[in-house]
Amino acid sequence: MSRLRDMLDAGEFVITGEIAPPHGTDYSAMLTSVRTLSEVCHAINVTDNQGATLHLSSLAASRVVLDNGNGCEPIFQQTCRDRNRLALQSDLLAAWTLGLENVLVVTGDDPRGGDHPQAKGVFDLDSTLLIDATRNMNEGKDMNGAPLSGATDFFIGGALFPEAEPWEIALERAHQKINAGATFFQTQAITDTEKFARAAEALKPTGAKLIAGVLLFKSPRVINFINEKLAGLMVPDWITDRITSAASPLEESIKIATEQVRELSQIADGVHIMPLGSDDAVVRIINDAGLA
Amino acid sequence: MIITKPRDWARIKGNLEELGAKRVFLMGCGECATVAHTGGHAELMVAKSVLEGAGYEVTGLVVGAVACHSGGTRLEMRKHQHEIDAADAVVVLACGAGVQTAADAIAKPVFPGLESAFLGNVIRNGVFEERCMMCGDCVLDKTAGICPVTTCPKGLLNGPCGGMWDGMCEVMTDRPCTHVKIKQRLAEQGRCRVARIEPKDHSAKLKPGAVSMRPARDAKKAAASGEGSGS
Repeated sequence: MSRLRDMLDAGEFVITGEIAPPHGTDYSAMLTSVRTLSEVCHAINVTDNQGATLHLSSLAASRVVLDNGNGCEPIFQQTCRDRNRLALQSDLLAAWTLGLENVLVVTGDDPRGGDHPQAKGVFDLDSTLLIDATRNMNEGKDMNGAPLSGATDFFIGGALFPEAEPWEIALERAHQKINAGATFFQTQAITDTEKFARAAEALKPTGAKLIAGVLLFKSPRVINFINEKLAGLMVPDWITDRITSAASPLEESIKIATEQVRELSQIADGVHIMPLGSDDAVVRIINDAGLA
Repeated sequence: MIITKPRDWARIKGNLEELGAKRVFLMGCGECATVAHTGGHAELMVAKSVLEGAGYEVTGLVVGAVACHSGGTRLEMRKHQHEIDAADAVVVLACGAGVQTAADAIAKPVFPGLESAFLGNVIRNGVFEERCMMCGDCVLDKTAGICPVTTCPKGLLNGPCGGMWDGMCEVMTDRPCTHVKIKQRLAEQGRCRVARIEPKDHSAKLKPGAVSMRPARDAKKAAASGEGSGS
């Protein structure tokens, strides 16, 4: 049984982290991250060729997390970018067989922004349709309705961007994902708590759980990278000003994240912390925010 | 219309060199490649002077009425038979369909002189945009006449990806998000988005496509001769 699901169902506040599988077969660094994050996280997202760049598959890496997380569960990520509907469904069956119970379904970044820009983006299904296909597997059938010899019981999540404008379109998309079978959302990095609150309020009647994304704005360089390269995210001036004028940008970013976690813990069902490699910071943030 | 782009001259030259060809016949197309300014008379004259400047002899040139029309291209080639006979190779400034039609009609090596890019809308003279990918399973009825399969860089059917920012596209950041445009146009028409567009039927676009609009007798004849019929 997915502990993540049980906790959210019970109304407990969850903490999730994130790791990237290696660009190769040596996953020792990833394992170190898993050990650090599992001290405070209930689950860890395992990205799937994040940023359209080549990494060890989320499937294998999620199993490594399952085996080494001391009860901290993997959230297996599936993007629509790299596989057609046959491969996606096949990997979902594989994931369940390997003991993975939490799935986060996302569209995926376009290949032309990644390290293999000549690759063909597949996008045979979009995230709504893949969520629907996953829900079908939970009901014991494939996306054509043909019965499976053995069903899955995934805890299915989707991505949500509460700060997207026009918001009504992003909200419509969220409803679409809920109707397709998503029961929890992990959001992109939040910089505006009021907009997160707007999303939480709007989605309350659906019962969907909202885990708020918190990103460590570690340095002016990271902020520039986000503003220039990362789709769908602009760092607001108040964060940029605090980071650029700080004696230690990393310390300041931990302070900001701690304030955000404290604030978001009043309105969200959980927080998802993206530490950009500074895994120790996650432990400090959770402790400093009084959530440990 | 089919949008073509100039092909890297080094590749064309490489084809001719590999063959040891010194004399070349040039063919263009009076339809798409003329409108695209890639394979009309003016472009053939430029190609001629480039080839001659590089030491090749151009034995003749013709802008076929419709390069992809089998009968028309055969007729055109017969009119220029002597010039083609005098050439070692033929370079066709048309789309891939035109090149293949010429290659069927001519018993000499035929090389592409252009790259075929996409089925394009003419926005204005010399400005083209891809709006349809001919997927065989049209969703324009549900999307207010704006194709998400083609104009969303990811081809998503059911609304924007997580990268939409202030109504703009994540991938091509200077363009509005297709799904925002669809939603706006539907709203202007007092319509709503359908709850969900189902996964596309890619079997509707099996390769190679073949259709016969002719009576059954002709279709049967075509089938017997090994050509495709039906869809």
